Amino acid sequence: MTRTRKPGVSRRATLAMMGAGAVTFATPWVARAQAKTIKIGMPTILSGRVAQLGTSSRNAVMLEVEKVNAAGGLAGRQIEMVIRDSKGQPQEAARVARELVNTDGCELLIDAEASSGAFAVHEVARDLGVLCIHTNSETSALTADPKQHIPNAFRTARQGVHDSIVGGSYAAAISKGKGLKKWATCAPDYAYGRDTTGEFVTYLKRFAPDVEIISESWPKLFQPDYTEVVTKILQAKPQALYSCLWGGDLTSYIDQANIYALFNQMEVFAVNMADYTALTVVKNLPKGIHSGNRYIKTYPATAENAAWGDAYKAKYNEYPTNWSWENATAIMLLAEASKKANSADGKKIAEAMRGLKIKSPFGADGTVTMRAEDQTLVGYAIGWGTTIPQEPYVPQVQAGDWKTVFELEAEWKKSKGYA
Amino acid sequence: MSCLHAHRMFFVRRLVPVRCNGNHPLDLDALTGCLASSACLVTQTTSGFIIGMLLFLVAVGLTLIFGVLKVVNFSHGAFYMFGAYFAMTAYQYTGSFALAMLCGAAGTALLGLIFERVFMSRVYGADVLMQLLVCYAFVLIFDDVVRMIWGPEFKSMGMPAAFQVVPLFIAGGVVPPYYLLLIGVALVAAVVLGLGLARTKIGKVIRAAAHNPGMVSALGINTGLIYGGVFALGGMLAGLAGALAAPVRSLTPGMGFSVLIESFIVTVIGGMGSILGALIGAILIGMIRSFGSLGFPLFTEGLMYLFMVIVLVSRPTGLFGKEVA
Repeated sequence: MTRTRKPGVSRRATLAMMGAGAVTFATPWVARAQAKTIKIGMPTILSGRVAQLGTSSRNAVMLEVEKVNAAGGLAGRQIEMVIRDSKGQPQEAARVARELVNTDGCELLIDAEASSGAFAVHEVARDLGVLCIHTNSETSALTADPKQHIPNAFRTARQGVHDSIVGGSYAAAISKGKGLKKWATCAPDYAYGRDTTGEFVTYLKRFAPDVEIISESWPKLFQPDYTEVVTKILQAKPQALYSCLWGGDLTSYIDQANIYALFNQMEVFAVNMADYTALTVVKNLPKGIHSGNRYIKTYPATAENAAWGDAYKAKYNEYPTNWSWENATAIMLLAEASKKANSADGKKIAEAMRGLKIKSPFGADGTVTMRAEDQTLVGYAIGWGTTIPQEPYVPQVQAGDWKTVFELEAEWKKSKGYA
Repeated sequence: MSCLHAHRMFFVRRLVPVRCNGNHPLDLDALTGCLASSACLVTQTTSGFIIGMLLFLVAVGLTLIFGVLKVVNFSHGAFYMFGAYFAMTAYQYTGSFALAMLCGAAGTALLGLIFERVFMSRVYGADVLMQLLVCYAFVLIFDDVVRMIWGPEFKSMGMPAAFQVVPLFIAGGVVPPYYLLLIGVALVAAVVLGLGLARTKIGKVIRAAAHNPGMVSALGINTGLIYGGVFALGGMLAGLAGALAAPVRSLTPGMGFSVLIESFIVTVIGGMGSILGALIGAILIGMIRSFGSLGFPLFTEGLMYLFMVIVLVSRPTGLFGKEVA
């Protein structure tokens, strides 16, 4: 039996033609697509104990991206977000960030990681030279330390030292007014708890030198029961208590301290109280806890801020978190900088972003500024107030003074050898 | 002076020295001062009982299941977690604290029964590693189930209005009424359990099944039913602990894990399989935490493990454990 060729086009030729056709038609489409959309990569924490914060970061970003896209995108290019879970692990955050740039073709990075992950992603940004905005890390050194400085990395989050200065001066003023000299502290036993408590106490003592810390408690992070800590503080009989417990740990602590009537016996300063994640969860929120603002739609008390909080709630059926406004700010800044540079190129956006001041619902005076010298956000709303058990939860917030913050921050930088 | 910090791991016996940033690991003045004052003594002792009694409810289920089924139930913490979530949901819908407690206990009893009959009964007599893997798989599965039903964020049940009252002052010490109830419920559970096992017919059958299941089965008693019942009882006690803790502790997926670790310490100290051992072990751990936080503020956690190590070295079967024949 011999093989015979049928007349007409062979299978091989058909395949070759189809291939050629595919290349001819697909290539311009790919090129056109690349010109049209710009991918922004975003590693964040979408699973595990702090997944709620990561989700609220993603929500806020999507809310703003929709607006930017509706208005024409970044210099005419529609934004496409590529958001991946880092599970809160620094090495995973770094791996995801690298992959987003190298494999997925992301041209910009939004690093929505907690501090541990942020430092890992920072190294990736240093290595790849891609524009990166850190949105959640509050650790001061990330931008304050000149060794960390790279031209392509920015931060749109609060900074620990800013909060400590404002918190310290607020607490000192209350201390002087009410004669609170004996203080106790209670903070989770890890880097954040130790550093934040240390900085708060430093500034409290600076503004009110006769304050004395008579009791310190360092419960474990995620400890389920605080009874022994509560009773220990009651034994010490302080006039005021400072705590930087947060999230579920803070709500547990409040529930447990409440039945010991601890809140009637001393003034309590809990920096992380005024965040909706904690405020809406605690069922019997005591009146009069002093707290720093995290995100609250009534402060700054402007129509813009209230509208932003309500729009977020309407879309996601819950209130934004502190991480939400920080991430929304990153997109707002990107959009403005891109407009100013008339480009979606990372280097040109970075150039335009340095020193850029934009209108913002989260600004102390309606604006926020990306400070040029250390590429970190300043001028955001920062203040302290006291709680009430129902909405608006913190009716009066006393604004922190940015002038004082700048002076003391400069001094702090000198003392750390950063300036 | 350097201080010791123990790693939180199962049955860890290694202590690692670390620097303590200039804080004093010892504050014996505070401890002796407390022991000399009735107010402090009352407050810290009740504080120890509160921590201890909740721990007892979880640990006694663990020890009971081990005693009868000879299985170390590593998924026991999940029942504590489910008890808390069931109670919170029941409380949200009915507003009744009593119903919430009932739902927490009954729901986990049912869950325990199903879990034992469908899954655990298949690995009796299997390799310990196999049992451990099944339990550990369910730790993860149960956590994800909670995440799917109630969401990943933490929740709070809130203190019922009846207990939102001024704490009692006994000899100058502060004692919240809710905690008195909590201690009372746990004590009643301990007494009922102890008497039930010692005096009733069912108790005798359970003890017999623990000792020689083959013989019990040969006498025409349904051992499967006993095993299921004991597992349900253990689950119920953990669920009750979770329900009682729900008004004062935040609820998160995975909340059972740290409670489980402490329960293991309790059973190791008290002796695997001993109810009295679980009670004494739990109260001891409670007191160590309560008074340890005053005298050894940076070593409270380590103190628990240190105590466990001392017991293990001097009495490897635990304080009330029986020698294995």
